[in-house]
Amino acid sequence: MTSQPYKMVIGLEVHVQLATESKLFCRCSTKFGAPPNTQTCPVCTGTPGALPVLNRHAYQLSMKVALALNCEIPKFTKWDRKQYYYPDLPKGYQISQFDLPMSQNGYLAISDPKDQFAAKRVGIIRAHLEEDAGKSIHDEQAGTADTRIDLNRCGTPLLEIVSEPEMYSPLEAKAYLDELKLLLTYLGVSDCNMQEGSLRVDANVNLHIPDDDSTDDEPIATPIVEVKNMNSFRAVERALAYEADRQWEVWQETGQRIGDVPKQTRGWDESAQVTRAQRSKEESSDYRYFPDPDLVPVVVTDTEIEAVRSELGEFPAALRSRLEETYGIKPYDSDVLVNQGRELVDYYIELAESCGDGKLASNWVQQDVLRHLNEQEIAVSEFAVRPLALSELLGKVKGGQLDTSRGREVLGEMIESGGSVTEAMTKLGIAEVDDSELMDLCHQLIESNPKIVADIQSGNLKAAGALIGQAKQKNPNVNPSRVREICIDIASKS
Amino acid sequence: MSLISKSAVEQVQLLQSGQLSSVELAQAYLDQIETHDAEIQAFLHVDRDSALQQAADIDQRRQSGEDVGPLGGLPVAIKDLLCSRGEPTTCASKMLENYRPPYDATVVRRLKEAGAVLIGRTNMDEFAMGGSCENSAYQTTTNPWDTTRIPGGSSGGAAACVAASMAPLSVGSDTGGSIRQPAALCGVTGLKPTYGRVSRYGLIAFASSLDQIGPIARSVEDTALLLETLAGHDPLDSTSINTATPHYTENLSQPLDGLTVGLVTDYFEKELDPDVAAAVREAARVYESLGAKIQEVSLPHSQYGIATYYVIAPSEASSNLARYDGAHFGYRTDEKAMYEELAAERAAMTDEEAEAKLDGPLIRMYRKTRSEGFGAEVKRRIMLGTYALSSGYYDAYYLKALKVRRLIVNDYLAAFKQVDVLLGPVTASPAAPLGHYKNDPLGLYLTDLFTVGANLAGIPGISVPCGESSAGLPIGLHLQAAPLEEERLLRAAYMFQNATDWQTRRPELSTT
Repeated sequence: MTSQPYKMVIGLEVHVQLATESKLFCRCSTKFGAPPNTQTCPVCTGTPGALPVLNRHAYQLSMKVALALNCEIPKFTKWDRKQYYYPDLPKGYQISQFDLPMSQNGYLAISDPKDQFAAKRVGIIRAHLEEDAGKSIHDEQAGTADTRIDLNRCGTPLLEIVSEPEMYSPLEAKAYLDELKLLLTYLGVSDCNMQEGSLRVDANVNLHIPDDDSTDDEPIATPIVEVKNMNSFRAVERALAYEADRQWEVWQETGQRIGDVPKQTRGWDESAQVTRAQRSKEESSDYRYFPDPDLVPVVVTDTEIEAVRSELGEFPAALRSRLEETYGIKPYDSDVLVNQGRELVDYYIELAESCGDGKLASNWVQQDVLRHLNEQEIAVSEFAVRPLALSELLGKVKGGQLDTSRGREVLGEMIESGGSVTEAMTKLGIAEVDDSELMDLCHQLIESNPKIVADIQSGNLKAAGALIGQAKQKNPNVNPSRVREICIDIASKS
Repeated sequence: MSLISKSAVEQVQLLQSGQLSSVELAQAYLDQIETHDAEIQAFLHVDRDSALQQAADIDQRRQSGEDVGPLGGLPVAIKDLLCSRGEPTTCASKMLENYRPPYDATVVRRLKEAGAVLIGRTNMDEFAMGGSCENSAYQTTTNPWDTTRIPGGSSGGAAACVAASMAPLSVGSDTGGSIRQPAALCGVTGLKPTYGRVSRYGLIAFASSLDQIGPIARSVEDTALLLETLAGHDPLDSTSINTATPHYTENLSQPLDGLTVGLVTDYFEKELDPDVAAAVREAARVYESLGAKIQEVSLPHSQYGIATYYVIAPSEASSNLARYDGAHFGYRTDEKAMYEELAAERAAMTDEEAEAKLDGPLIRMYRKTRSEGFGAEVKRRIMLGTYALSSGYYDAYYLKALKVRRLIVNDYLAAFKQVDVLLGPVTASPAAPLGHYKNDPLGLYLTDLFTVGANLAGIPGISVPCGESSAGLPIGLHLQAAPLEEERLLRAAYMFQNATDWQTRRPELSTT
C-alpha cells in the first residue's frame, strides 16, 4: 500500500438505526421482520393532517453515541425537511437535521493490534438524527414489473455519523467501522446488523497524488467518488481497494482533478467485485431544506447531558487498557476479548479474578470457550460452563493434577453434561493417582525398560518420554510430568 | 322567534332544560339547509341520516341522565379540511375527492366528546388557499347577503352557513385571515386563536406555522362557547401550548375596566373603502363612550406583511402538499392512458438520446397526477414556494421573510406594552362580486392585508360585525390581542357587541 504513488483519502458516512421500541416521531414499533405495512400509523405514513412528536428516548440514545464519539452537544438544535419525491417516502420529505445537527466535532480513536498502521484519531464532523424511509421492493418476475412499498421502516430513528476524510487506506476504514460498530454495541444503542439494514455505510474516496510541479507541496486531488451498496465491512474494504486502483488508472488516462467533473456515485457489485457508475439522480440534489414547522426545536440542558453521560459505561478502548494492566495480557489478546463484546469480557474478568491467572484464563477463553461458542453459534450467556466452574478446572490444570489435554476432555464433558469438574472427572474415570501408586508404577517401568534407563543415565533425558507413554497405557489418569519427574529421579539414583 | 334564529347559548339552555330535543334542533337546521343551500352552496357534504342519528343518541343519553357535554346536542358545521374518520374529507380539492381519513382530528374528537352533532362539512377554497371560496374544485359558495357576491374565504362555507342560519356554530381555519375575513364579509363573528391554542392534529395542513383552527358563530358568546371546546393542549401536536384553557363564557359579560384600545394608524393609510373606514372609526368612538382609552399605535412593519406571508405560506405549502403525488392516497392519474401516452411518445421519437429524456412511468405519474389533481391557485402557490426554497434563492426569500416576520412580531409586542387590544378593519372593502378576482390573483392576495399580521405573529384576532356598507353589505371590526389573551379579546368584543346591534342583523334569504 505504502509503495503506491498516491495517498488514498477516505471519509465514511454511517447510518445506524437506533434500538428504540418506537419510531422517531410516532409510537409505532420498530421491530424488524413484521409483515409489510403492519407497523404504521397516520404519522409515519404521512397521512394528511397527522403531525410528528419527537421520541425523546431516541434523542437520548443519539446523544449517548455522540458523547461516546467525543462530540460537542449543542444546547439548541432543530429539525429540517429534506425534500424529494420517492414512493417509499410518503410525505415527500424526510425529517432530518440540516444546519444545526444534534452533535458535532468529535473523534474516534482507532489502532491496529498488528501495527499495520499507527494509532490515530479519526475526526467526526457531525452526527445527526433523522427518520428512515420505507422500503421499495422491486418485483421483477417476468411480466410484472411492479414495485411494492413497505412502510414499516418509515420513521425508524436513524443516526447519520459523518467522519472527516481522514482515513488513508481500506484497512483504516475497516478499523474505523469495526471500532464504531463495537462502540455502538457496547453502548447498546443498535444491533448493527448490516443484513437487516440497521447499519449502512457509504464511502467518499479520492486520491492525493504528489505534485512535482507544485511549489507548495500541495498534492493533486482526483475527483471524489461516493461508493454505495456495500453490504459488509469486508465489502467496504474491497470496494475501496478497487476504487483506488480504478481511480489511479482513470487519473493516468484522463488527468481529471477534483472539480473537473461532477461528483460521481458508484455502486459496489459484490458478485463481480467491481464498482459501477450509478445513473445520476433525475434532478441534481436540491433538497430544498427548511425548518420543519410541525416540530419545535430541541433544547438540551446540562443536567440532561450529564445524566446521559453517567450512563455511558466503559468504552472498548478503555477496557482493553484495563485488561492489559490488570491481568497482564498482551494487546493482541485484549483486542480479541474486547472485540467479542462486553458479555464475554465480563466472563473473562470473573474467570481471571477467580483463578488468579489472567493469561491462563485468556488462553482458555480464546482457545476453548470461543471455539465452542463459534461452533455452536451461541452467546456466552448460553455457555453451560460458568466462570467459577471453569476456574476450578483451571486450578487443577495449574496445580498439575490435570494436563492441558485432559483438562480439555474434562471441559468437553462439563459442556456436554452440564456437571461440575468432579462429576465430569468421575464420568470420564479420571481419578487422581496417589503418590505410592505412582511410585510403584514408575519402579515397574524402570525395571522393565533397561535400555531407556541406560539412555537416561547417559544424559538423554528425552528418552523418558517413552516411559510416559507406557505409564499412560497402564493408567490413563497419571500426570505425565510427575511420571517423567519420578522416573528420571529413580533412574539417575539407580 | 324561530328556533334557528336563537343563539347557540340559548339553544343549549333549552336542550339542557328539556324544552327542546336535539333531534328537533337538528331537523330545523337540516330543513334550513334543504331550503337554502342550493343557492348558498355552503356545504360540500351533509349526511342527514347521520346528523339525526347523532342527535337521537344525544337525546337518549341525556334522558338516561348522562352528562352529554357542554355542546350536548348542538349542531356544528366543520370545514372540509378537518379529518373525520371514515367521512369524506376533501379540502375542496379533486386531489382528495374520494379520500376518507383513517382517524379523527383532535378538534373533531373534542367536538364529539362535547356532544356536538356534526351536521355537515363546509366548502372552502382548495386546500384553504384563497379568499373567495371560488377556488373550490366543487362549487362556489355565495354570500347570503347578496348571492352575486363572494362570501370570502377560505372558510367561506363556514361563515356563510352561520350567516344563513344553516348551523349555529361552525369550525373554520385561519392561515392568513381565512376565518376573520369571511366572518366580516358574511356579518358573523369569527376568532383566530393564538397559534398553539387549538390542536392542529388532523387539520390538513396549508402552512403549518400559520394555520390555526377557530370558531365562527353569530355572537361573541357563541364564539366563546365553541372556543372552550376547541381549545386545549394536545400531546399529538408539538406546537400545541401546554396551558390551561380559561372558561371564556364565564366572565364574558363583565366589561374590562381601564381598557386601552390601540388604533392602528398604518391601517388607515391604505386604500380603505370609505364605508369601512367610517364604520371602524365609529367603533373606536363606541369604545371611547364605554370608558376605554383610545391610543394611536403604529405597526411599522405591517406594510411588509403580505410580502412576508406570501413567501412563508407558499414555502410551507409546497412542502406540505408534496405528499399528494398519487402514490399513497387521493387522486391518481389514469394509468392506462398514461402508459398509452408514453408508448405513443416513444414511438414518435427518432433518436435514442431524445427518448432517454422522456419522463418514465414514475415521474410521469407524479406529473400528471399533480397537474390534474390540483387547481390553478394551489399550483401557483406550490410553484412560488418551491422557488423560494430553492438553492440560491432561499436566503433572499425564505430566510429574509423569516427575519421580517420577527420584526412584525416585535412591532406587536411593543404595541401590546402600550395597549390591551388593537383595533382596525378586517378587510379594505365589503364583499366583492363573484368573479371579481378571477384574473387578478395578486388583488386577492392584497385582501389579506389586515389579517396576515396576526398569523405571522401567532396572536389571536377576532372579527365582529360593526356596520353596513351603503349597499347593505356587512363590515367587520378587527380586534387583536397579545398571545393567549383570548379571554380579554372576547370580553372586549362583547363590550362592543353589547353596545351595538350589528350582530343581530340577518340577511334575507330568497325563498325560491
